[in-house]
Amino acid sequence: MRVLVKGAGVAGLTVAFELATRGAAVTVAETRHSLGGNASWFAGGMLAPWCERESAEQPVFDLGRNAADWWDAVTPGQVTRTGTLVVAAPRDVGELERFASRTSGHRRVDENTIALLEPDLAGRFRSGLLFPDEAHLDPRRAITALHDKLAAMGVELRFEADAPTVSGFDRQIDCTGMAAVDDRLRGVRGEMLILHTPDVSLSRPVRLLHPRFPLYVVPRTDHRFMIGATMIESQSTGPVTARSMMELLGAAYALHPAFGEAGIIETGAGVRPAFPDNLPRVEAHGSTVVINGLYRHGFLLAPAMARQAAELVFNQDGTKELAHETDRQRRSD
Amino acid sequence: MFELFGTSLPSRLLLGTAQYPSPAILADAVKASGTSVVTVALRREMAGGRAGEKFWSLIRSLGTRILPNTAGCHSVKEAVTTAKMAREVFGTSWIKLEVIGNHDTLQPDVFGLVEAARILCEDGFSVFPYTTDDLVVAERLLEAGCQVLMPWCAPIGSALGPVNMTALRSMRGHFPGVPLIVDAGLGRPSHAATVMELGFDAVLLNTAIAKAADPVSMARAFGKAVDAGREAFCSGMLEPRDVAVPSTPTIGRAVFS
Repeated sequence: MRVLVKGAGVAGLTVAFELATRGAAVTVAETRHSLGGNASWFAGGMLAPWCERESAEQPVFDLGRNAADWWDAVTPGQVTRTGTLVVAAPRDVGELERFASRTSGHRRVDENTIALLEPDLAGRFRSGLLFPDEAHLDPRRAITALHDKLAAMGVELRFEADAPTVSGFDRQIDCTGMAAVDDRLRGVRGEMLILHTPDVSLSRPVRLLHPRFPLYVVPRTDHRFMIGATMIESQSTGPVTARSMMELLGAAYALHPAFGEAGIIETGAGVRPAFPDNLPRVEAHGSTVVINGLYRHGFLLAPAMARQAAELVFNQDGTKELAHETDRQRRSD
Repeated sequence: MFELFGTSLPSRLLLGTAQYPSPAILADAVKASGTSVVTVALRREMAGGRAGEKFWSLIRSLGTRILPNTAGCHSVKEAVTTAKMAREVFGTSWIKLEVIGNHDTLQPDVFGLVEAARILCEDGFSVFPYTTDDLVVAERLLEAGCQVLMPWCAPIGSALGPVNMTALRSMRGHFPGVPLIVDAGLGRPSHAATVMELGFDAVLLNTAIAKAADPVSMARAFGKAVDAGREAFCSGMLEPRDVAVPSTPTIGRAVFS
């Protein structure tokens, strides 16, 4: 079977892998000239289904539960399994209680334990939550590793493929995110920064709760830190606004004053594709299967969505009902 | 029924639309609450002109009246500009006017508020000013042309509930004919019922529902509480007494003491 995958973001590359391992001859077509620039490129890369459950519905947890295993198996060495640390300033300790009551899979940590986990945060926070089973990766390295793996498997990757001809393919998978034509889709803008400071070392993603400016910091290699991310109901891909940058930097500074001396080595903005329920969808329309609406959970949800899409392609089962659809119906009944 | 600027509204609960887990849950919550007015912020969504159009059309599709707001504006100029933009985007002259004076408490800058209210009222807006419970400020807002007042009962998003009952009572007493909507600070349905029992005309809230574990059920609970509080106010409540009064008549009993 010859399958064309449109889009080389995290959804496109994961489904290309799932299809190729099932024996399909896969071509990935991307309109950009390289892997960068899409929403996946600006992602945090947290594989944190327990934490995400604070604001996301149950299907996000169910679909994302095994994401870290998938990434570990497919891109060995990319996944760091050191958990997530959630902290709040003493004044905002109510936020911590709220977060704890909305999530599971965590344990309380006190000042001493925080100091053991993250020595650089010693003395800065009295209490926190550790989600020991969570993981993270560097999206750009993981995407690149996945790309290389696909190339080695014989998947053809075409860049600057403006209007790839559909002839010659048995099926198409549309993974074009915000570029897809779908009235239900909306964009939720996210802005991020990458800071560099040799004065801070973190072993795991840290979320700083705040009633107005919640923040996460994901450590990358070489003392670089991804600081994210705003959530704005906007499709704009324009540069980071001064206000967002102030909020992100203010929160980073509150987490550790050394971030005040950090170099800002990159700013970026991506637009997350989302359906009205903020849940992802795999849908079959004729010979095309669409994966979209991964919202703020691209790396977390892509493996499960890719598997569903690959099964749709191979089972020709266009009426398959997806887990979250039934769940939603139940809730609204 | 309750009337604002000549519009009859079946519900006395007004809902904010921010911070919901998803637009779908927001839509379900709006339905469950029975609200007839939702507020929507323009400021943050403005990045890139009309880039927020998609979210706004979701708000329009809720089928309620829309009360745009100037949340996050810290100056008169910002608030006025945002109000004008909102009139264009939503085709309504209604505006919930916020001019924030303190970053931490999100307390209104009442001086800027009065000035912005005057400018907008002169321009034909129906202004819903987010204010404190200060009576003098309230008078100035009415002089500026406001016909509705929206006092806080505690800081925005604090969930503290009415922290100064005396001030709220005195506000109701001073402005018997002005629609008063408690805006901001409500945390639980009992808070909403409490201020409705004081005779406030309506309540506006967002965080208490949007950030609840189950926003849809919480919206329904608030809807009931608002109705209960209003009905109680209209029914004439008993004043507290120091002595016990049995609910069964004592006349005719062997001993009467």
